[in-house]
Amino acid sequence: MKKTMYEKIWDSHLVVDPVGQAPLLYVDRHLMHEVTSPQAFEGLRLAKRKVRNPHSILATMDHCVPTKNRELPIADPIARKQIEVMAENCRDNGLNLYDMKNPNNGVIHVVVPEHGFVHPGMVVVCGDSHTATHGAFGSLAFGIGTSEVEHVMATQTLPQKKSKTMRVQVNGQLSKYCSAKDIALAIIGKIGTAGGTGYVIEYAGDAVKALTMEGRMTLCNMAIEAGARAGLVAPDEKTYEYLKGREYAPAGANWDLALAYWQSLPSDEGAEFDAVVTLDAADIAPQVSWGTSPEQVVGVNGLVPSPESFDNEIKRKACESALAYMGLTPNTKITDIPIDFVFIGSCTNGRIEDFRIAAEITRGTKVAKGVTAIAVPGSYQVKHQAEQEGLDRIFIDAGWEWRDPGCSMCLAMNGDELKKGQRSASTSNRNFEGRQGKGGRTHLVSPAMAAAAAAAGHFVDIRTFN
Amino acid sequence: MQPYKKHESIAALMNRSNVDTDQIIPKQFLKKVERSGFGKHLFHDWRFNDDGSDNAEFELNKAVFKGAKILVVGDNFGCGSSREHAPWAIADYGFNTIISTSYADIFFNNCFKNGILPIKVEKELLDSLMAEIAVNEGVRFTVDLENQKVSTPAGNDFSFDIDPFRKENLLNGLDDIGLTLKHVEQIDRYEAKHRQTFPWLWA
Repeated sequence: MKKTMYEKIWDSHLVVDPVGQAPLLYVDRHLMHEVTSPQAFEGLRLAKRKVRNPHSILATMDHCVPTKNRELPIADPIARKQIEVMAENCRDNGLNLYDMKNPNNGVIHVVVPEHGFVHPGMVVVCGDSHTATHGAFGSLAFGIGTSEVEHVMATQTLPQKKSKTMRVQVNGQLSKYCSAKDIALAIIGKIGTAGGTGYVIEYAGDAVKALTMEGRMTLCNMAIEAGARAGLVAPDEKTYEYLKGREYAPAGANWDLALAYWQSLPSDEGAEFDAVVTLDAADIAPQVSWGTSPEQVVGVNGLVPSPESFDNEIKRKACESALAYMGLTPNTKITDIPIDFVFIGSCTNGRIEDFRIAAEITRGTKVAKGVTAIAVPGSYQVKHQAEQEGLDRIFIDAGWEWRDPGCSMCLAMNGDELKKGQRSASTSNRNFEGRQGKGGRTHLVSPAMAAAAAAAGHFVDIRTFN
Repeated sequence: MQPYKKHESIAALMNRSNVDTDQIIPKQFLKKVERSGFGKHLFHDWRFNDDGSDNAEFELNKAVFKGAKILVVGDNFGCGSSREHAPWAIADYGFNTIISTSYADIFFNNCFKNGILPIKVEKELLDSLMAEIAVNEGVRFTVDLENQKVSTPAGNDFSFDIDPFRKENLLNGLDDIGLTLKHVEQIDRYEAKHRQTFPWLWA
């Protein structure tokens, strides 16, 4: 039988399919951060259970960590406690933790690929919905809840229901300065935030193949924003080249064994998907979200829509409440929307190539009057790489703040946040109400678009920006 | 986990769709290291005014919905972040049943681990249930998980589907981990094979 990549990974990880129970799937890698794990460790302790495979776990601290003055104690006592508890839990259970002071520290979904901890064909979980990022390597990677974190620690398995499969085919070539982020947002705009619910998406087509590994991570990262359990890209030479020589990548004879397995993973020619969605990359303009859901998105040359332009009542109502929250009037040009804040970073767009393109746009500009712009590298490795390339100087000279790594303003748990009514151009993944601070207004964009907005003080079409 | 028992309870109405977990439990409450006590923060940013007083406009602040165990809500409930703090907050507030047309995947899974029954219904039926509550706020629905039935005073009775495994767990208040560990021999066997098939993961 012809199989999709998802089905191949599923079949090779099925431990048992008991009658009357959900099938148990084996978990190869378990990623962890401080916010969704403490209650899982507590559960293990109370049940007197042990972590089954400590070597399968890599942990970091990212959500609550300060991105400046890190040498000082964390001001928020509850956040400080959470960080301390994470360190204790990892120490007590013998887990590999990149704590706040560790040179490998950073956002979990940035750090893990840097160390080659995830490979094609693995099942990877983390108590974090953006685990989908690692599908860029052709691994089945998905977010889980804290009870499931505990379950995986105790059993190395998860009861799982098989998902349906969706192929999202992106044909053709992106125009200059359009990026993986624009593809991701355009897909969500097309299928909606529930369009992928119940599915695992496989991204395919020339525009996907042409993406770098970083770009594929950005694309898969936002599979969850389309409602999908996971996103996958077939591994290829770029994948193998990226992994080779990294700390946790196979070496020597094991490399050849692993490579043979990886090469067997891509979906068989003619394998059937439950749904197929097709886009042409040439049609994708730089995207800007206008509302409070990632599906409320439009090309930069578009207008803020009016509620009446939606044919279904739910969308009309959603548009009305989004416009009220965002303080926008229908039919405003996107390029006329002024901004107060720019954030480049997050597990979506906090990698070296994101800062390279943003620096290219930023070079020789100044942050517009009244705008605060922060660049938050996804990890210390990204930070140091950028500094070696002199990118930090470009940002600093233009009036940006150059920070330490962390999730920062993606979810504003660490004190980096918008004030009520402030409007951001953000390279993160969610524009939900209050996500970047209560009353804060988020517009999701690519790093290039964010950098251009910082200089102009409003959104501009990066394709024509000088 | 408490076993899920048949009950007749107030059904509260929230006619909103795409309610995300950032709304259910805003991030400022995610720093706790315990599982309990999140109910008082449920829907915080909608529920309270800036000065901490109750927002009279917010649905669940209506006196008639106090003590509700059933939440009737629009499409794609629980989207966004995987935080299990969302179902912890919902359960701690007192809800044990949600009725909607659809749920986000991770949230849906998390419900069952916390004694919450998320029921899926067709759009038309949801509209009827919402209309019934709207004209008779404080109305009580009966939820019978054993027989997979919900009944309402206006006769919007219906049956719902649920995975039999999950149903048993809810009815008996069973811990998933304990059930999985019954298969520990199979896990051991699989793992031995895994070491041979994927030796580079054990190097």
